Amino acid sequence: MLIYTAQQIVNGLVLGSMYALLALGMTVVYGILRLVNFAHGGLITIGAFIFFYTLSVLKLHFILTLVIALLLGAAIGFLLDFVAYRKLRGGPEVALLITSLGVYIFIENTTKLLASPQPYAFRPPALFLQRFALKGIVFSSTDIFIILSALSIMAAFTMFIKRSRLGIAMRATAERIETARLMGIDVNKVIVTAFMLGSAIAAITGFMWGAKYGQISYDMGFMAGVKAFVAIVVGGVGSIPGAMVGGYLLGFTETLMVGTLPPGFAEYRDAFVFTLLLLVLLLRPIGLMGRKEAL
Amino acid sequence: MNANLLFKHFKFIVGVIVGYGLLLLANYTMDRYTVYIIALIGIYAIAATSLNLTNGYTGLFSLGHAGFMAVGAYVATLLTFPVRLRIAYNLPLLPPFLGGPEYQWPFIPALFLGGLAAAVGALFVGIPVLRLRGHYLSVASLGFMVIVTTLAKGLKNITRGAAGIQAIPHYANLWWIYGWLVITIYVIWRLLDSSYGRAMLAIRESEVSAQAQGIHVTYYKILSFVISAFFAGIAGGLYAHFARSIRPHEFSFSMTFYVVIMLIIGGAGTLLGPTVGAATITAIKYALKPIEEGLKIYGLVEVLYAILLIVVMLWWPQGIVGGIKTLIAFWRKGKGGKENVRVPVGNVDRT
Repeated sequence: MLIYTAQQIVNGLVLGSMYALLALGMTVVYGILRLVNFAHGGLITIGAFIFFYTLSVLKLHFILTLVIALLLGAAIGFLLDFVAYRKLRGGPEVALLITSLGVYIFIENTTKLLASPQPYAFRPPALFLQRFALKGIVFSSTDIFIILSALSIMAAFTMFIKRSRLGIAMRATAERIETARLMGIDVNKVIVTAFMLGSAIAAITGFMWGAKYGQISYDMGFMAGVKAFVAIVVGGVGSIPGAMVGGYLLGFTETLMVGTLPPGFAEYRDAFVFTLLLLVLLLRPIGLMGRKEAL
Repeated sequence: MNANLLFKHFKFIVGVIVGYGLLLLANYTMDRYTVYIIALIGIYAIAATSLNLTNGYTGLFSLGHAGFMAVGAYVATLLTFPVRLRIAYNLPLLPPFLGGPEYQWPFIPALFLGGLAAAVGALFVGIPVLRLRGHYLSVASLGFMVIVTTLAKGLKNITRGAAGIQAIPHYANLWWIYGWLVITIYVIWRLLDSSYGRAMLAIRESEVSAQAQGIHVTYYKILSFVISAFFAGIAGGLYAHFARSIRPHEFSFSMTFYVVIMLIIGGAGTLLGPTVGAATITAIKYALKPIEEGLKIYGLVEVLYAILLIVVMLWWPQGIVGGIKTLIAFWRKGKGGKENVRVPVGNVDRT
């Protein structure tokens, strides 16, 4: 029983790491633009397929593929902001939301068109396929990679947002966009950076997702992206540590629900996640670490 | 009823008569497949018109419309399903409070109950979410849709799970569907002309100033969401009794996306926009379907829709009907006429 619980905790940690990474990229954008960026989920799909083509088709070295995916992810983030979102800034927030929905559908179906409607088997490099057993708890090198790289990305991101000039500008913009502009902050640059960073992180998460579950498909990103937003709400909108904590909490809740309830309940896991969202919004809408929004 | 209102009603009735005349003409001159598509357009038009109440007029953004349609479809189907087929299809007999095992509901009450069930579902989502500002509703209503479809898949001894329900009685025909479309448009039109509708429009323009004028913002937001869900439930029930088979995965995110794009393309915040949008989008889909299947390039139609949505949002946010209205207003202004038309979702102010 103890081993089983420990195993579930490891699984929760892995899933939570991925949710936390996604939530990180999303919460910065939501903090500034109040946009639930549905396209963020699409970046997971794109990232996974970039890794698939560079690793399995072109057979490049992993480090090289990592660099390519990061750069392409950031480039797509830039492009999305430039093409789809920049023109709508200052207009109603709903317009941005609808556009991001359109962007997601575009990404999903372009992938479907270019790749195939069937899922692909995703094989990470051999390094990621080693399995370890520690006192009965089984985990793979993929799990270790996910947990460690998630922690280091989050640490680096926190340093960036706390210490660097651009990071401080980002927090100021999230606080109040007009005031930030009056202080001489180049708001457009801040927003583009937020999109690029978030998209690059999402692209890497795509690799993690594929390596963990062994298959990738054109619609893999949608649920993950939406659940990342649930993680943001659970952690507290507007708080960057909150988004990470929310991601881990969501990961644990989901694995523990699937792991402890009878097998027949496993198919309700998505329903559980959204019931959790409704409960959080009902009982504690500011989440764990959020600030109260003015009404 | 004053003269102005009487005249508006007269225009409405004339419009309905002309519309039904056109339908009659289509029914007798076109082949069955085209008539089938026209009926489908009617169902989508009901869904899009009801979505317009929240997304176009109240300034909320719901993405759960397919979920409410699913509730309406399943509730209405489970009530009207023939008693003699229930055993063969592994469907449960009705419990005593719904009429007992020997009873099967007539169509209209069942449809109503389906709509009411969807409205109750909307209350469950609306009460926690609509007290808050911010875009929680989009994700929460999407979550509601996921909850509904997972339940429809999971509760196998009630809904037959992923296999879905077939052989649903064919109650909904062209006339019923367009009859309900007329009812939906009429109700929303009259609602918008009342103090309720003005409160909703005020919330759309600015929640803060609406509250400052003494409008109970949460109450009207929930009301708008619930009414919208009721008609979505009706659309779902009509769909079930028209297509005669429902499966959980049909009421997925892509259905919500279709309804949203119909609303935006047609013109959010205009009374007839959703209907025009439903006709346009459905026509594009069935016109391109042979190409998509012939070339085996699945996803082509959706890519086109996505591009269309983005382009419309960026450069033509009023949609078709809103665009025409703007043109007419522009023309009248040239002749010393009226003011401009408000754009509900995308009045872009470049900063």
